[in-house]
Amino acid sequence: MSCSCNEFSRAAVLRRSVAEAGRGLPVIEAGMPLPAGSGLSRRTFLTRTAGLALSVYGASKLPLGLFEEGIARAAAPTDPVLVSIFLDGGADSLSMLYPAGDAQYAGLRPHLALAPEAGEPFAEDASLHWHPSLAPLAELHGEGKVSVLPAVGYTNADQSHFTSRHYWEVGATDAHLRTGWLGRYLDLAGTSDNPLQGLALSDSLHPALASASVPIAAVSRVDDYAFWAQGVWGEPETRMLDAIGSFAPSSDPGRAQVAEVAAQVASLRGQLLPFDDGNWGSPVTYPTSSDPFPSRLAGLAAMIAAGLPLRCVTVSAPGMYDTHADQATDLGNALALTAGSLSAFQRDLEARGLSDRVIVHVWSEFGRRGEENGSLGTDHGAAGMGFLIGSQVKGQMLGEFPGLASGLDDEGNLKATFDFRSLYCSLLEQWFNADAAAIIPNAASFDRPSLLK
Amino acid sequence: MVAAAQVPVYHGPFGRKEAERLLWRAGFGPKPGEAKEVARKGLKRAVDDLLHPPSARLVGRTPTADGGEPLSPRDAWGHDHLWWLDRMVRSNQPLVERMTLIWHDWFATSNAGVGSQKWMLTQNSLFRKHALGNFESLLIAVTHDPAMLIWLNGRDNTKWSPNENYARELMEIFTLGAGGGYTEDDVREQARALTGWRNDWKDGVGDVNFRYDATRHDNGVKVVFGKSGNFGWKDACRLSVQHPPHLTYFVRRLWSYFVPTPPPTATESALKALYKRSGHEIAPVVGAILRHPRFYTGPAMLKPPVVQVAGMLRARGRPVDTGAWAWISEIDGQRLFYPPNVAGWSEDRWLDTSTFRGRWIAANYAARKYALDPGASSGKLPLDAQELLSRALDFWGNPGLKRDTRTALLGFATSALADADQAWKKDQYPVLVLNALRMLVAVSPDYQTC
Repeated sequence: MSCSCNEFSRAAVLRRSVAEAGRGLPVIEAGMPLPAGSGLSRRTFLTRTAGLALSVYGASKLPLGLFEEGIARAAAPTDPVLVSIFLDGGADSLSMLYPAGDAQYAGLRPHLALAPEAGEPFAEDASLHWHPSLAPLAELHGEGKVSVLPAVGYTNADQSHFTSRHYWEVGATDAHLRTGWLGRYLDLAGTSDNPLQGLALSDSLHPALASASVPIAAVSRVDDYAFWAQGVWGEPETRMLDAIGSFAPSSDPGRAQVAEVAAQVASLRGQLLPFDDGNWGSPVTYPTSSDPFPSRLAGLAAMIAAGLPLRCVTVSAPGMYDTHADQATDLGNALALTAGSLSAFQRDLEARGLSDRVIVHVWSEFGRRGEENGSLGTDHGAAGMGFLIGSQVKGQMLGEFPGLASGLDDEGNLKATFDFRSLYCSLLEQWFNADAAAIIPNAASFDRPSLLK
Repeated sequence: MVAAAQVPVYHGPFGRKEAERLLWRAGFGPKPGEAKEVARKGLKRAVDDLLHPPSARLVGRTPTADGGEPLSPRDAWGHDHLWWLDRMVRSNQPLVERMTLIWHDWFATSNAGVGSQKWMLTQNSLFRKHALGNFESLLIAVTHDPAMLIWLNGRDNTKWSPNENYARELMEIFTLGAGGGYTEDDVREQARALTGWRNDWKDGVGDVNFRYDATRHDNGVKVVFGKSGNFGWKDACRLSVQHPPHLTYFVRRLWSYFVPTPPPTATESALKALYKRSGHEIAPVVGAILRHPRFYTGPAMLKPPVVQVAGMLRARGRPVDTGAWAWISEIDGQRLFYPPNVAGWSEDRWLDTSTFRGRWIAANYAARKYALDPGASSGKLPLDAQELLSRALDFWGNPGLKRDTRTALLGFATSALADADQAWKKDQYPVLVLNALRMLVAVSPDYQTC
């Protein structure tokens, strides 16, 4: 396979897509009421969201001002939403649902094997137990709200983080594909003026959302977004901040990119309201953490409740899952915060009456080796674990756990019993009513199990 | 034998503009007057001087944190970043220092995983020592560097329990690239070859006593890239560098640090041939890139965040004199010794609405010390947009500015001055406007790129 010169830097696919920003957007006038938690109206929230360092991407040439209108006009707040949660590093599926009842387990993992009594049995396969940190997911599973994929992946799994993750993001085992699977869905089903249709809750664009034509966005964490300069105030300060947006686009792409980002910054800063209390009006309590994950989910629930036209949202789970060494503590802590936050999110949606509209998909780029290594950790594997969480999911396992006796390949990695592209095709067709064949290459070759109740 | 094709050399004008680009991409930006001086040398001598600098010295006032205390780079939070930033500002070997930064990105090791500023500084010296030397020697040195042994689990890799982390990244990220002619079997076999390195832990001190222990080494025959042998850790490096796909990976990746568009095919072939026949020496390839037409005629590149900061300090003749640069580096997206992962920093993260704000803050910290007080300077500056812009440019050492940018900044200044409809405003607005212009120049597309 030829080595694309961008294999080592993921920059190229994302560099192009910076929207042009508009000018003359309405400034929040003095006296405009500060929105309270759940009373956030869509327009006011919009402005606030736009002020929250909304980075808009996409080939659309529409000025940012029209995005406000597009967002306001976009389809009614009944559209289904897919939230994609990524566990970065290759999460150890054999710890998340551990084969306590499997004779080989203890032999393969003399140090890392969890005791049978450590976690709850998995209702659909008695040989598996939930990792104790995943107890919140076990509870949701008991309510029929979690579909587990115990061995999801693809044949001839690539064990490079960057390559395997890329395949999952683009929905194909193609190193050269430059659009994300969700981006291609949005190109078909989205609009040219709604950048919230594909939203990365992070500081930068998520590759799965990378579209060819429609705008998509990234919202960074709520931060003080001030642009203060020593020795400048009053009228000249206002003009200075506007002037950030006045650098003309250049024929030089390097300079043009700076001018575009600067223009976005100027427009957004002008609308920023001093919201830093992070009060999302959540009816439930989220875990507290210095990691932004719980508050991002809390904010997401509030945005959906406020009727923002979100369709595909991506978030990275907290923690480090590439556990080559000293796995037990790192993994346990990471899973605890992730599961606790996801559970709070589901309860939040239920309390707000939104749970029928949202499905959460949890994934990682691969699982890990059956046998532990000498550093109390595990090396890269093949098939891993996935979850679908939501009130509408069927609550049944997708693909079986193949067992350790015959389920490990020649390299000691778990064989996949479910292809991630089957999952994508089914989600696209059943959740989004989209034409999977137009989005996933070779869609016809993948099964379509029923995912929903 | 067919004569090797030469790498094309730039023969166009080598003036102020070209010299500035060279100084920003191959170093940390010009000191006042330096661009003019370098332009006078002409391309050949300018590049030669970068490749063959005088013996290493740090020129200028020694760095301090806030309150004037000296730096403790091994111990104090943030002082590691400040210490290296200071070298970027003061080194009389800018290309060596820039290559050190490149190797830090290439063999990206994060103190988040190492947990020792001391070992990170040791690794940093290694990069500086081999900066323009031999790549295979550099690779061998990195492979048994303590920080790297911790970061990618080399010290956990034993014959009884191989740990593949380093073997994989050695090939995927350091020498061959993903899909660059190696298999999963090669990863496993390389891991076996790399066994033997170890260290001890001393309570209260940390990781100590890094050494090779033959009893931990897997002494069997390994098969790597189809070759058999009782390979050891040095062989693992040698095999990777000698594997043909390395030439392509090395050339393309090194090029990409200096030129934003990929090399033309003929250039790539010529650079590969040059690299190979030199015996994998870094300097000839860097020199060829710095003399290439695409370097001077191609599009602009964003200055990496820490280069931007060092350059502003150099332009102002200002030493590192505040600890703020450490926390600012976390907002502008390049905290030294903490690359985001083993693949290094990603350029697309360096220009979005969050990191742009980081660059603004950096410019403010560079300029605020010199900001004029409208009270003290009241009535002393002219109500003249052109004059004020000229002074703002002078403040930064007269960097080149495109006409569009000039127009935009003059537009700002003119409008802002026109707001002065009362006497006190006429006295004070020119001061505020000058302070503002210094900031706008600093964040302009022209000054953010090179």
